[in-house]
Amino acid sequence: METTSPLERIFRFVALSLVVLFFMFPIVWIFLMSFQTNETILTIPPTIVFSPTLSNYAALITGKLTTSAGTLDIAFMRNLMNSVFLSVTSVALSLVLGVPAAYAFARHKFRGSEDIAFTLLSFRFAPPLLVLLPLTQYFQWLGLSDTYVGLIWVYQLICLPLILWIVRGYFEDISADVEYAYRIAGHSWFATFRKIALPLAGPGIAAAGLLAFIFAWNNFVFALVLASADKQPVTVGALAFVTSSGIQYGQIAAAIVLSVTPTLALALYAQRYLVEGLSLGAVKG
Amino acid sequence: MTTLQLQNIVKRYKTNTVLDNLSLDVADGETLVLFGPSGAGKTVLLRLVAGVIDPDEGRVLIGGEDMTDVEAEHRGIGMAFQNFALFPHMSAEDNIASPLTATRSSADAIKASVGKVAKLLKIDHVLSHHPKALSNGQKQRTALARALVGSPPLLLLDDPLRNVDAKLRFEMRLELPRLLAAQGATVVYVTQDYKEAMALGDRIAVMANGSIRQIGTPEEIYNAPADIEIARLFGDPTINLLDVTPKKGPHGIHVELSNVEVPLPGAPEEVVGRDCVIGIRPESISFTTAAGAVPVDVEAETPLNEKTVTLVLTARKREILVSRPAGTPGPAQGAAAIAIDGSTAFLFDKATGALVRKTATAHGRNGEAA
Repeated sequence: METTSPLERIFRFVALSLVVLFFMFPIVWIFLMSFQTNETILTIPPTIVFSPTLSNYAALITGKLTTSAGTLDIAFMRNLMNSVFLSVTSVALSLVLGVPAAYAFARHKFRGSEDIAFTLLSFRFAPPLLVLLPLTQYFQWLGLSDTYVGLIWVYQLICLPLILWIVRGYFEDISADVEYAYRIAGHSWFATFRKIALPLAGPGIAAAGLLAFIFAWNNFVFALVLASADKQPVTVGALAFVTSSGIQYGQIAAAIVLSVTPTLALALYAQRYLVEGLSLGAVKG
Repeated sequence: MTTLQLQNIVKRYKTNTVLDNLSLDVADGETLVLFGPSGAGKTVLLRLVAGVIDPDEGRVLIGGEDMTDVEAEHRGIGMAFQNFALFPHMSAEDNIASPLTATRSSADAIKASVGKVAKLLKIDHVLSHHPKALSNGQKQRTALARALVGSPPLLLLDDPLRNVDAKLRFEMRLELPRLLAAQGATVVYVTQDYKEAMALGDRIAVMANGSIRQIGTPEEIYNAPADIEIARLFGDPTINLLDVTPKKGPHGIHVELSNVEVPLPGAPEEVVGRDCVIGIRPESISFTTAAGAVPVDVEAETPLNEKTVTLVLTARKREILVSRPAGTPGPAQGAAAIAIDGSTAFLFDKATGALVRKTATAHGRNGEAA
């Protein structure tokens, strides 16, 4: 049994609180900002006492941005839907392609398997800006620029290597004997993949999927160059808040809150399974 | 029940030859123990039979049918793994039922079969538990139940007692022969424990470096080990091995230990003057007060449960282990004398390590000091 003295517990509590405060502060501040008007935000010194307003959220949801220079149409809700659609579809496609591929790389050492796996990983080495110009050219020739299909395809550069490499590690951790045992019990390799490998690598697949989702959600450069207004995700759409009459901090804050919410909700939801899966001691008989 | 034949099996991993042109026949209903040190290729061989790895050369015949290219799931084999290899996300019941769910049995029939084998192995009270919640012994029994439940004609057991504690291993060693006999299956059993091999095997195949060094009944292997290495692996305490040069005298062929003649009845003429190693089991040596015995110094005594093992030094400071039943009187510290039963000793050729076979006319004459 581990025993801790009261002093140690108090110290631990203080230290943890400081860490949490440090990391949570920007998020809390943005959350507060989203309920303030531009004027209150820009007051010096800043205050945490203010009369909250929902005008920022109202503007985002109705799509009417009212500035001192007049009313501006913004497509924030559309951008948000684009983000959801692009991220979900990309991750789903990556899972469909990447998980079986990861299994193949983990279980079957075929000629060139390491080279192929490394090539896939190397997609992540190059800075996006480097490949952007040729990519734009190709996409224009192929008629893929400014299409969802084109964007989802490019997002595979982000999601696929991530899922492939993380999930591969989880598959490799499953004792081959466990799979052999299921084969010998009279099940086909596909049944073994479905009933043994997939459930045991489940937490890893969830973690990789979540990570890929966050990367896809936060992508900016590809979407900026390859998509026009009606296909843009929130990351690009947020640029609309930098208007000719100043930066709309209140709306930006509200937009951030709204665009962080889906990822946060997903992470909180998946966390349960991640922890449960990892504590199952998934691979140890 | 079925037969198993392996013909000229070769398996290489990169440049490393794990199985080197190995052939083996297992008869219908026989329990064959594969015995050998780790790295001998026992587990690889078992997996080859199971069909989860493929040989580079050679053929695997099960029941006379060529199964070399048949997938594991169509071979109809039951197998238990050394590390149990239970499915961690399934209950013990589902684990055991897994060989049955592949067939088109009804849920009731599956439940009944699982219940029966679980009862037999005394794990019926933990069927709903996941492997994580099972003790090592229960895991091992679950793994065994999974191998047995489908009544496979061929059963492969890969050192199933390796990871359980000594008490349980002893219990299972007594229980397994009965279980295996009730199954009536042909069994290939892998172990590194010579006692397990002797207790369970109808025949034992001793493996080393990817080939079978000797195959025979437990008695044959214990009483006529093919080479020094096998003699060393079987028996506890380990066999005494001493460099000797047999001589021929008026009493026949003998070796000299501390200037005392130990006759070797049945030793062939050709060993005279050759460099040999004599192997004497500790239980073939006894303390004596009779004249003409080998003088020794008693060094240390280790009481084991059913026997007492004494380490003695000869005049030339060579160490010899002597075993006697516990409770029988032994010498005190200091000088003593031992008598060696030469008729049960083995002679090995020092250069090749191979056993020198006794002549057929050997008459079981005991050493004069016995």
